[in-house]
Amino acid sequence: MKATGTAIKFGDNVDTDVILPGKYLVLIDPKDLAKHAMEGLDPRFPDKAAKGVIVVGGKNFGCGSSREQAPLALKYAGVQCVLAESFARIFFRNAINIGLPVIECKGISAYTDNGDKLEVDFETGKVENISKKQSFHVAKLPPFIVEILVDGGLIENLRKRLNKK
Amino acid sequence: MNITEKILASASRKSSVSPGDIVDANVDMLMVHDLTGPLAVEAFKKIGLKKIWNNQKAVVVLDHQVPAESVKAAELHKMMRLFAKEQNIHIYDVGKGGICHQVMTEKGHVLPGTVIVGADSHTCTYGAFGAFATGIGSTEAAGVFATGKIWLKVPEATKINATGEFKKYVTPKDLILHLIGKIGADGATYKSIEFCGPIIQEMSMAGRMTLCNMTVEMGAKNGIVEPDETTKRFLEGRTEKTLKPFESLESDPDATYEKIIDVNVSGLGSQVACPSSVDNVKPVSELGNVQVDQAFIGSCTNGRIEDLRLAAEILKGKKVKDGVRALVIPASKETYAQALKEGLIEIFTDADALVCGSTCGPCLGGHIGLLAQGETCVSTSNRNFIGRMGSTEANVYLASPATVAASALTGRITDPRELEV
Repeated sequence: MKATGTAIKFGDNVDTDVILPGKYLVLIDPKDLAKHAMEGLDPRFPDKAAKGVIVVGGKNFGCGSSREQAPLALKYAGVQCVLAESFARIFFRNAINIGLPVIECKGISAYTDNGDKLEVDFETGKVENISKKQSFHVAKLPPFIVEILVDGGLIENLRKRLNKK
Repeated sequence: MNITEKILASASRKSSVSPGDIVDANVDMLMVHDLTGPLAVEAFKKIGLKKIWNNQKAVVVLDHQVPAESVKAAELHKMMRLFAKEQNIHIYDVGKGGICHQVMTEKGHVLPGTVIVGADSHTCTYGAFGAFATGIGSTEAAGVFATGKIWLKVPEATKINATGEFKKYVTPKDLILHLIGKIGADGATYKSIEFCGPIIQEMSMAGRMTLCNMTVEMGAKNGIVEPDETTKRFLEGRTEKTLKPFESLESDPDATYEKIIDVNVSGLGSQVACPSSVDNVKPVSELGNVQVDQAFIGSCTNGRIEDLRLAAEILKGKKVKDGVRALVIPASKETYAQALKEGLIEIFTDADALVCGSTCGPCLGGHIGLLAQGETCVSTSNRNFIGRMGSTEANVYLASPATVAASALTGRITDPRELEV
C-alpha cells in the first residue's frame, strides 16, 4: 500500500478546531465537510488538496477535540496521507479508523518544502521525498493497524472479522 | 502497578500489565453526544449488526447544540433519539440532563475502577472518580457498540504530587493551567496523569474533575485520582451498584512512574492561558491590560455548582461592566436547580449576566455566544484555539471562574484578589 502526492506543510499543534471548525459539525456528508478542511489556517486548502496531497505537520498534529469530522474532512478533500513529527492520540486513532493513513515521521518538516513530491510505502515504512531525492525510514505500524488501513477503515475491518465468526 | 495499570489489567483479564502493552479491554460504559453520535450510529449500521453489545452500558447525551440551533442540528438530535429508542439505551434529552461529562457523573454512570470511553475528548474528566476514562472518535465508538471492547496501549504514567495551600480565589483551574504551561500541549501525549498529594485529598469532586478534564490539553490519554471518602460521598444515592473495594484501586507503593512532578500551590496566583494555545500560560498579574468583550462561566471544565458559587461571591451586588457581556451556563439541570435554590441565579441576573440553559454553548463555537472578528473572551472553558468560539480573528483567554467573574466587572482580565483591596 502506497500514497503519493505533493506536500502541503503546517506547523506544530495543528488542532482539530482549525482542521474543521465546530460550526460545521452539523454537516454529515464527508464531501460537505471537505469544503471546510483546514479553514482555520488556510481557507484555500480544499482547492489545493483536490489533486491529491500529503499533509506534512509538526508536533502534536490533530490535538484537541475528538471530532472525527477533522480527519474525514482531510480525507475527502484529497489528502492521501498525513506525515507529522507526532500526533495527538485521538486524531491518530480516528484517522486510521476512517482509513486515512497517518505516519509519525521524525525530521520530515525540516527536509520538506511545500510542493515537494512525496511517496510513502506503508508496508516497508519508507517515506521518500522524490523532489529532494531523500528518504526516511519510519517505525512500521503494527500489523493489525495496517490491516485496518488496507481494509479501508475500522468498519470494513470489523465487518470482515465479525463475518468470519 | 499504578491505578491505571490495575484497571486496564482487570479489564483485559490479565494479572498484570506494563506500559507499552496493547490490551483488548472490556468497556464498562460508552458515551456519545449529539455531534459525535450521528457518525457513530451511521458507522454502526454499516457494520450490519442489529443490536449493540449491551444496552445497559451505553448512554446518549444531547448537549453540544441544545436546544437545536438549526434544522440540521434538529435532524441529528432526532436521529439520536431514534437510535436510543431502537437500542433501548438511556438518552438525556434537552432539559433532562446537561453537559455530558457532568450528567454522566451525577447520574451514577461513572464508577471507580471501571473503563469508560466516550466520543468526546474530555471524557478523561471521569478519572476524577478513579475510573480509566478516555476520549475516542465516532467510528471507534461504533466498534465499541458492536463488540464492547477496545484496544488500548497501556500508558506510561506521570505522577503529580500537589502540596501546599491554595490562596484565596486560586483554584484547581489555576493549578491545571499552571501544569499545562509547564508540561506543554504535547508534553504528556499518550501518558497517564495521576494526581495525588494532600491538596488532591482535600479537593472536592468538582476540583478533581477540573484537573482530570484538562489532562487532554497536554495530550494525555487519561487523568486519574485514587477514589476515597470524598468520591464515596458524591456517589451516595447516585448509583445502586456495589462499588469495587477502593483498596484494590490504590497505586502500589512500588508502582512505576516515568516522571514525578512536585508542585506546591502555596505560591501560585491566578493563571490565564493566552491565545491561541492552552499551554501559553501566564500569571494574571503579569498579563498587562487585556480588554474583554465577553466573559463566559460554564463548560465541562468549570460549570459546576462550586464554580458558580465562587463566581456569585464576586459578582454579588455588582454590575457587569458596560460593553461586556457575561454568560453563565450551569453544567447540568441539577447544577441549575441547585444554583436557583441557593439564590445564585438571582445574583447573576441582578449583575446583568445572562444565564443560559445547560449546554456546551460558546465553548466549541457551534452554538450560542459566538465572537465577532477582533473580539476577546475570557472563559472558564478548556480551549482557546483559533476560531474555537467563532471568528478566526477573535481571541480566547482561559481562566478560573473567579478570574472570569472579576474580569466581567472590570472589563479587563483581572486577578480576583485585586477587587478585595
